[in-house]
Amino acid sequence: MRHTISVLVENTFGVLTRVAGMFSGRGYNIDSLNVAPTHDPKKSRMTIVTRGDDATVEQIVRQLYKLVNVLEITDFREHEYIDRELVMVRVKATAKNRSEVMQITDIFRAKIVDVQSKTMTIEVTGNESKVNKFVALMDNFGVLDLTRTGKVALPRS
Amino acid sequence: MSKPTRKSSKSKPKTATRRKLGRPMKGCEILVAALERENVDTIFAYPGGASMELHQALTQSEKIRTILPRHEQGGSFAAEGYARATGKAGVCMATSGPGATNLVTGIADAWMDSTPLVALTGQVPQAMIGKGAFQETDFYGMTLGVVKHSYLITDIRDIPRVVKEAFHIAQTGRPGPVVIDFPKNIQQQTAQPVWPTKIDLPGYRPDPKADDLELNEIIGLIEKAERPVLYVGGGIITGEASKELRAFSEATKIPVTTTIMGVGAFPEDHKLSLRWLGMHGAAYANWAVSGELRKDAKGNTRKIADGADLLLAFGVRFDDRVTGKVEKFCETGTIVHVDLDRSEHNKNKHVQLPIHSDVKYALGKLVKMVKARPIKARYTKWHKQIAEWKQRAPLGYEVTDEVMNSMHMKDHLKGKEDQVILPQHAIATLFKESKGDALITTGVGQHQMWAGQHYVYKHPRQLITSAGLGAMGFGYPAALGVKVAHPNKEVIDIDGDGSFLMNIQELATAKIEKINAKALVLNNQHLGMVVQWEDRFYKGNRGHTYLGDPDNTKAIYPDYPAMCAGFGVKCERVMYKKDLPAAMRRMLAAKEPYVLEVITPYTEHVLPFIPAGHTVADMIY
Repeated sequence: MRHTISVLVENTFGVLTRVAGMFSGRGYNIDSLNVAPTHDPKKSRMTIVTRGDDATVEQIVRQLYKLVNVLEITDFREHEYIDRELVMVRVKATAKNRSEVMQITDIFRAKIVDVQSKTMTIEVTGNESKVNKFVALMDNFGVLDLTRTGKVALPRS
Repeated sequence: MSKPTRKSSKSKPKTATRRKLGRPMKGCEILVAALERENVDTIFAYPGGASMELHQALTQSEKIRTILPRHEQGGSFAAEGYARATGKAGVCMATSGPGATNLVTGIADAWMDSTPLVALTGQVPQAMIGKGAFQETDFYGMTLGVVKHSYLITDIRDIPRVVKEAFHIAQTGRPGPVVIDFPKNIQQQTAQPVWPTKIDLPGYRPDPKADDLELNEIIGLIEKAERPVLYVGGGIITGEASKELRAFSEATKIPVTTTIMGVGAFPEDHKLSLRWLGMHGAAYANWAVSGELRKDAKGNTRKIADGADLLLAFGVRFDDRVTGKVEKFCETGTIVHVDLDRSEHNKNKHVQLPIHSDVKYALGKLVKMVKARPIKARYTKWHKQIAEWKQRAPLGYEVTDEVMNSMHMKDHLKGKEDQVILPQHAIATLFKESKGDALITTGVGQHQMWAGQHYVYKHPRQLITSAGLGAMGFGYPAALGVKVAHPNKEVIDIDGDGSFLMNIQELATAKIEKINAKALVLNNQHLGMVVQWEDRFYKGNRGHTYLGDPDNTKAIYPDYPAMCAGFGVKCERVMYKKDLPAAMRRMLAAKEPYVLEVITPYTEHVLPFIPAGHTVADMIY
């Protein structure tokens, strides 16, 4: 099962390694990991998507709490939350099928950020299922390159 | 302290909370001054290019004794010995690169056994970091998996805060090792240190306390139980909760078994003591927890007697050497697990009632509760069962045919077979001759298990052993650290020949620093524990477990008395049983470092023995 955990950490030297090292050292998986400073530059927020059963996620949360630089953990199993991911995808798009690509882009409220003679680069934001759906559709045209931020999440409250 | 209101803080002079400014000092001097402020009195430090500035500063300190080990690993183990004997953080230091990497085993050991340790390392100048400089290693990165926390100092102004935090983190909550990596250029800079008055670690909450509701639930379980057992570990010792444990056990009449880390947390000569449990623990302790089970000829498990229906686990971590096959550990009992490290709850074993609390607080509160409302049950039937187990399967030893037919007898004791000294007997003799009062350290292997079995411990911190990591070579340097902390107590390393040889260079430290720690070396010319497994599981095929000279098995190799003479340390070898008590007394009477080498047969196996991953039903005893 996949789980999303949000971790508020002190924005200091080595925190990312410590968190990532905890995962690798204890044999846990990271599907995606996003980290950036919050409105308070002394703190960073990490959003980690991980896999495992309930007991494993429980252990992950508790092991994270043991790290001195970890301030707060939100385990989204227990909360309603909103999540988003941003993807940039470069697809093959010639004059012939460009309009079709644009149509799909429109439907998904995605944004074309670059157009070349044989390619287009599109930015799409949304939750995981939307983003995955969009990427799957783009695959029909031929995805040349893709980069994604990984999930970011906040509780609804 | 109450929070001052904005108004009062404005009107009041800020002297109480204002951070103190010191005179201009070099970085290395600031660090040493910071150590003094943490009341460090001893540091085990081996110098090198990246740490010699610190050694220069240490020569100016009147408060800190700098002890030069002969290998950084010895220094780290000595610092651990000091820490385990006192509860205060042990401090060791090494230079960058190889000096630092030699500390890693000690740091990992401190991590596994929750020992407060501050490990300082010199680092190459900041401008050289990442360039593959001479004696450069990424020590911060290398140790991440084995530290409670770590620092790389990047600004001279951080030194006072870093040192204060490091000692706080190492010594509070569940103790552990903290690394401070210190680049040389910052050691050489000058600044006016600002000494912090308080610690600001918002993510670090080391002192959880159980609420009364949870503790009442424990009382309720005890009232319903018929066969309760207390299973306690190193947490009782680091948490200074032995008094509370004893009061609780005596008030409730619940018997106590400890882990090897918890040995001494409860007096082992107490009638409620079940000694220690696990792979080589007492049979009756294992039965009391998991029930007396036996396998019949067909391999079916039969139950002879029930084990605990309530297991009260305090300050333990359900280590695999304790539980064996973890699903079968206390299979039929309700388990309560009190620990201040929440990640230990349900990590190795699922428990019915996990309680996040400091054990001293929880036990203290429980004692008050049972004093106010005494438990009625006396568990008479349960105590009778335990007494029967204790009588049937005591920790014992005897000279077997295996010993009589061994090469040991042929090579060393022809015609004097009755003079053979079993290793267990040597330890029992030490127990008797030292009146059970010595502080004991050990190496790792068979002798370690026998030291746990045949010396009986009455006080916390009396047995100091590398339990979790199982680091050979721990014994003698650790004994040095213990002796430095307790110069008036008898400190003896019970060691094997393999382990002792791993840090034998520390005899020089003992001699030169006049640290009178003794060593009882049980020399069987083999790596005994591996030999035992070879005998049991590999048809006795020897896979590089013989330490003697294969070309001359009649001689003892290496020659310990000759080596000790080289170090200027007194050493005596004993081969015959009749000579043992007097030799032991000479060792105990010595006012200097002393090695007593006892030649023992290699054929002895540590019993009881529950093979790894097996259950009580597979116990050989």
